[in-house]
Amino acid sequence: MAKTLYDKLWDAHLIKQRDDGSALIYIDRHIIHEVTSPQAFEGLRLAGREPWRLDTNIATPDHNVPTTVKERASGVAGIEDLVSRIQVTTLDDNCDEFGILEYAINDKRQGIVHVIGPESGACLPGMTVVCGDSHTATNGAVGALAYGIGTSEVEHVLATQCLVSKKMNNMLVKINGELSEGVTAKDVILAIIGEIGTAGGSGYAIEFGGQVIRDMSMEGRMTVCNMAIEAGARAGMVAVDQTTIDYVKGRPFAPTGNKWTQAVAAWQELHSDEAAEFDHVVELDGASIEPQVSWGTSPEMVVPVSGQVPDPATVSDPVKKEGIERALDYMGLKAGQAIQDIALDKVFIGSCTNSRIEDMRAAAQVVRGRKKAESIALAMVVPGSGLVKAQAEGEGLDKIFTDAGFEWREPGCSMCLAMNADKLGNGEHCASTSNRNFESRQGYGGRTHLVSPAMAAAAAIAGYFVDVREFTGDTS
Amino acid sequence: MKSFTAHKGLVAPMDRANVDTDMIIPKQFLKSIKRTGFGKNLFDESRYLDEGLPDQSCEGRSLNPDFPLNLARYQGASVLLARENFGCGSSREHAPWALDDYGFRSVIAASFADIFYNNCFKNGLLPVVLEPARMDQLFKEMYATQGYELAVDLHDQSVTTPGGDVFSFEVDEFRRQCLLEGLDDIDLTLQHADEIRAFEEQYKSHAPWVFGTIKGG
Ligand code: SF4
Repeated sequence: MAKTLYDKLWDAHLIKQRDDGSALIYIDRHIIHEVTSPQAFEGLRLAGREPWRLDTNIATPDHNVPTTVKERASGVAGIEDLVSRIQVTTLDDNCDEFGILEYAINDKRQGIVHVIGPESGACLPGMTVVCGDSHTATNGAVGALAYGIGTSEVEHVLATQCLVSKKMNNMLVKINGELSEGVTAKDVILAIIGEIGTAGGSGYAIEFGGQVIRDMSMEGRMTVCNMAIEAGARAGMVAVDQTTIDYVKGRPFAPTGNKWTQAVAAWQELHSDEAAEFDHVVELDGASIEPQVSWGTSPEMVVPVSGQVPDPATVSDPVKKEGIERALDYMGLKAGQAIQDIALDKVFIGSCTNSRIEDMRAAAQVVRGRKKAESIALAMVVPGSGLVKAQAEGEGLDKIFTDAGFEWREPGCSMCLAMNADKLGNGEHCASTSNRNFESRQGYGGRTHLVSPAMAAAAAIAGYFVDVREFTGDTS
Repeated sequence: MKSFTAHKGLVAPMDRANVDTDMIIPKQFLKSIKRTGFGKNLFDESRYLDEGLPDQSCEGRSLNPDFPLNLARYQGASVLLARENFGCGSSREHAPWALDDYGFRSVIAASFADIFYNNCFKNGLLPVVLEPARMDQLFKEMYATQGYELAVDLHDQSVTTPGGDVFSFEVDEFRRQCLLEGLDDIDLTLQHADEIRAFEEQYKSHAPWVFGTIKGG
């Protein structure tokens, strides 16, 4: 029978199917961070259990770590926030106690969990990958079945190397044709979410396909898969092709020699069969996608940069209408206001959506030789890992940013969710390359607008949103 | 694991779509390394007028007078009514921990985000999905009636209104059993330890690159 990519990944890891629809699924890779793991380790301890396998787990602190050079200088001891420090220390202690590999706070390989997974080659095509974090879907870009789990499941995976799951339905999101110049992976996924809504993918595993995805770099595919969860799907994935294999080759945990040859042969099968059937198919025309900007408090509240904030008066569904009114009120925007008229206070370039080398380059290209607008109080660039940071510095990108008045920071989640000191002030508008624009996500009362790295960079220079395709840097 | 068989209790509303996990329990409280104590910060940003901090006492903080959970009529509520896509956003299990710690036993909504839905079962909190039209009816009745209670029965898979309407709901059989009996699902899985090992052996023989590359610290 013809199978989808998801069917193949599922079948290859199925230990036991029960009559009631639940199944025991084998997990190949488990990534751990400090926020969702302490209670899981505590559970293991209380029950006197040991991890099932050690060579499957990899841990790093990311959510709480400070990103200023000064605070980072003395490692964990330098974290000023005591509660954050305890959480990071707890991860260190748990990894020590249970014998789990950890990229600790100032290890040059430390970074955001979803960045270090593919980067280190820990997450490979064909694997099942889980992490106590919803953006685990990022790893699906390498042709893996990757999804976020809760803390009880973190404990379950540690103890058994399995999860009890129910198979999801298959959805194909196909982006046909080509993107226009200046339109990026971030715009593609925001446009998809605008189209299907934040619950559109509920109960599905989404495969992203079509010419646009095939032409996309691995970094771009990761950006797209990253936000599958904002489309309601636990897992997003892309078929393996030569781009995938070229990306994986030579990574620290990737196979070598004979094993590499054997692995590549197996990975060639990781695509949906021609005749495979999907439960739901969504198609978009790549050429019609413009740079996107979110205006509201849900990622589906997104419009092209040339557009306007919607008018609730034109919406009939009462729950939707109220949602729009509430969002306008929270965001301090007027119905019908042009996106390009929104005054911005801060710019954040980073997060597991957009903090890989290609994102740094895209932003730097816009920034090069220009200056941050006076009205922008802070423009910060936070690379996704120590390795991304080092590579960017090797290419001189840090200099481009700092010359333009941007801050160049140490790796971590940073102002994506503001668990560390990087926060928006009450009422501040931020052009952000992260994935969630929920109320207070980036700081109490903060107002987030989701955009691509190039769009964020252009906004930092202009002081307001501009269409990066027409951006000349001339703000006079 | 905590069990759930049947529960009857006072109903409170969270009457908006797409209630995300940042709303249910804001991130600053995720710094805790414990599983308990999140109830006082449930819906923190809607519930209080100031910004909540971890490890802070909530006594003396000013309450948002418009937020339902602060109204006298909803004190002691243990069943929450919600709309579409409740629990969307992050995978934080702190969200069901907070609902449970506050005293909720069941959340009834038009739909749930997948990870949140899954996490509820691990914590004896029963998520119930009813059709939007039924949700409309429940919201209407609840607003109209002080002391409105609903009976949720996992055994019969039903929700019973004070007026005697009985709505049935779907739930996976495996999850239902685990919740009814309060089974420890790690124990259940470990009963299959031999099958897991056998699976690993054959898997290792055709995908050896999956094993042995990462060395514990
Ligand atoms: S960067 Fe943001 S979304 Fe990604 S793992 Fe960190 S906090 Fe979560």
